[in-house]
Amino acid sequence: MSSTGKGAGGQLSPTPHDPDSRGHFGPWGGRFMPEALIAAVDELAAEYDKARIDPEFLGEFDRLLRDYAGRPSLLTEAPKFAKHAGGARIFLKREDLNHTGSHKINNVLGQALLTKRMGKKRVIAETGAGQHGVATATACALLDLDCVVYMGEVDTQRQALNVARMRLLGAEVIPVSTGSRTLKDAINEALRDWVANVDDTHYLLGTAAGPHPFPVLVRDFHRIIGIEAREQILQKAGRLPDVVAACVGGGSNAIGIFHGFIDDPDVRLVGLEPGGDGVDSGRHGATLTAGTPGSLHGAMSYVLQDEDGQISEAHSISAGLDYPGVGPEHSHLKDLGRAEYRPITDAEAMDAFALLSRTEGIIPAVESAHALAGALKIGHELGEEGLILVNLSGRGDKDMDTAVEWFGLNKPEEAR
Amino acid sequence: MSRLAPMFAECREQGRAALIGYLPAGYPTIEGSQDTLRRMVDSGCDLVEVGLPYSDPVMDGPTIQLAAEQSLRAGFRVRDLFGVVESVASAGGRAVVMSYWNPVLRYGVDAFARDLAAAGGLGLITPDLVPDEAEDWIAAAERHSLDRIFLVAPSSTEDRIASTSAASSGFLYATSVMGVTGARDVVSSAAPELVRRTREHTDLPIGVGLGVRSGEQAAELAAFADGVIVGSAFVSAVREGEDAVSALTRDLAQGVRRAATPA
Repeated sequence: MSSTGKGAGGQLSPTPHDPDSRGHFGPWGGRFMPEALIAAVDELAAEYDKARIDPEFLGEFDRLLRDYAGRPSLLTEAPKFAKHAGGARIFLKREDLNHTGSHKINNVLGQALLTKRMGKKRVIAETGAGQHGVATATACALLDLDCVVYMGEVDTQRQALNVARMRLLGAEVIPVSTGSRTLKDAINEALRDWVANVDDTHYLLGTAAGPHPFPVLVRDFHRIIGIEAREQILQKAGRLPDVVAACVGGGSNAIGIFHGFIDDPDVRLVGLEPGGDGVDSGRHGATLTAGTPGSLHGAMSYVLQDEDGQISEAHSISAGLDYPGVGPEHSHLKDLGRAEYRPITDAEAMDAFALLSRTEGIIPAVESAHALAGALKIGHELGEEGLILVNLSGRGDKDMDTAVEWFGLNKPEEAR
Repeated sequence: MSRLAPMFAECREQGRAALIGYLPAGYPTIEGSQDTLRRMVDSGCDLVEVGLPYSDPVMDGPTIQLAAEQSLRAGFRVRDLFGVVESVASAGGRAVVMSYWNPVLRYGVDAFARDLAAAGGLGLITPDLVPDEAEDWIAAAERHSLDRIFLVAPSSTEDRIASTSAASSGFLYATSVMGVTGARDVVSSAAPELVRRTREHTDLPIGVGLGVRSGEQAAELAAFADGVIVGSAFVSAVREGEDAVSALTRDLAQGVRRAATPA
C-alpha cells in the first residue's frame, strides 16, 4: 500500500460533499469576515482550484507526504487496550508517527506549497497545543518561508517545550495576552496581522474552520488519513469498521478520517469533544454538544456563546481542543445526522491516556486520548463483535508536564 | 430615502466633510458613554457611531479592544446599546451603530433592526459582514428604514466595490489602510486612490476611517472624502477627561471645515 495510487490526486479531487461556490455547507460556513481580507481568500480559493487538479502540485505534495512526513502512517491493532473496551477490536490510525508527531503536518505541507505558488514569502499561524505551530515552523524551514506563530500566553506556559521547538526551527513565537489568552485569541491576533500584511503573507490556518476555502482545503489535505485507513482496515480486519472515532476541537483530524468513510452508510462517524469538567459544569469546549449557531473567525457554525452573542471561553485539559468554535462541515454533519458528537471529560481522557500508555506502550496526545476514551465507551456498547477505528491524531510527548501534574508522576509511587 | 442623506447634503452645501466620531457603548460606564457621546455631538460631531462591545473584535487595535473589554467587564449587555443610542437621538444627535455580526445574529437580525430603529438609530456599520452574506440584514434594514453601511478596502476589486456600493445606503465606509483601528501619525496614501476608485461606481457619500487623530489629518481627508471617521482617538481622549473630548472634537470639526486643497 502506498500514499500514491489514489494518492494526493484522489485526496484533493472534488467530492459530492463539497460546499457551494461560496463555501456553504447547508446553512453553515461561508465568509463572515472583513472586506479587507476577501481578496486574499478569493486568491487562495482560485489558487487551490487550480492546484488540486495540477499534476505538478499533486506530485510535489504526494512526494512530501511520503518522503518527508513519513506516509502512509501505520494502522496498529490495540488488543490489550481493547480488553478494557468490552472486547471490541480497536485499530489505531497512527498519525502520531508522522514527522512532527501529529496529523497537522499533512495540512501545513499542502498550504505551504500553496503559499509558494501564490508567490508569498511570509506565513503566519495560530497554535493551541503547539502542534500546528511546530508543524508550520517545520514546513517553513523546509520551504524557506518566514514564519510567525501566534500563541495564547496561557498556552505558551502549558506547552513551553513546543515554544522552544518552534523557535529552534526559526519561527518567531508571539504570545497573545488579550482576551482569554488561548487559541481563539491567537486566531484573532493572526487575523489582525493578516489584514495588515496580506500582500506578502499567507495565513496558514490550522484547522478545518474559518472562511471559505479553508474548511475545504484543510479537510482535503487531511483526507489522506481516511483514504489510507479505509484500505488498511479492509486489509487487516477484512471489513469496514462499525465506528470511526476521532477527537474534535476545530475538527481537522476528524474530518480527514471521516471522509474516508462518509459514503459508507453503515460506518458510524463519532466525534469526541472536550467535556472539560463536564458539560453541566459550564467549563468545557463541547461546541457541538452544547453550542448554538453563530459566526466566529469567518464562518457560521456552532459556537459556545452567551445569550448576548459574546464568545465564551472554552475549558479543556487539552490545549489543542480548547476552542469555542468548530469547523462548519462538522455542524452540517451533525444536523444531517451523518456524524454523532459526544463529550469526554478531562478525567476520562486522562484515564485513557494512561491506559493506552500502559497496555500498548503508546503515549497518545491528550487530544487523541479523548477519541480513545470514546472508543472505550463505544466498545462496551458494541460488544465483542464490534470493530472500532480510532484516529490517534498525535503523540503525547508534549503533554508530559500535564501528565506529571495530573498523575503526580514526580512523587514516589506510594504517594500518588 | 436614506435618513443620513440630508446630513451629507448639508455638509456638501457647506463645502466640507462630515465629522463622524466613534465610541464603544458602555465605556467606561453606560452613563459615561452617554455623556461623552452627547458631548461629541455638542462639540461638532455631525454623526456618532455607537460601538457594540464584542469579545472578539478582530478589526480593532489595542485601544478599542481594551475599551470594549472594560465595558464588558463592567457588565454591559446588548440591550443597553439601545438606551445609549436613544440618549444621543433624544438630545438631537444622529447615531448609527457599529457592530460585529455575531451579537446581532444572536439578538435576532430583525429584532435588532426593530429595536435600533425604535431607539432613533439611523443605521448599522458591519465590519465583518460583507453583502454576500447579508441577505437577512438587507431585508431587515429595508423593513425598518435603516441605512446599511458596508466597508470597502484598498484590497477590494472593482467588482467588489461595485457590488458593495450597490448593497449600501447612507454612506460607504472606506478603510484608509490595510490594518486594524488605531490612531496613526500619517494619513494613508491608499485612501485618496480608494475613494477615487469608489466614486467611479457610486454617488453615495464616502466616509474614510482608520488612523485619524488630529484636525490636520481630518483636513487632509476632507479634501477628498465626504466624511471623516475618528475612533481610537476619542477612546484615548475619554481617558484624559471631558475637556479632552471637547477639545479633540473641536479640533477635528475645524479640520473638516478647512479641507486642504488637493495639490
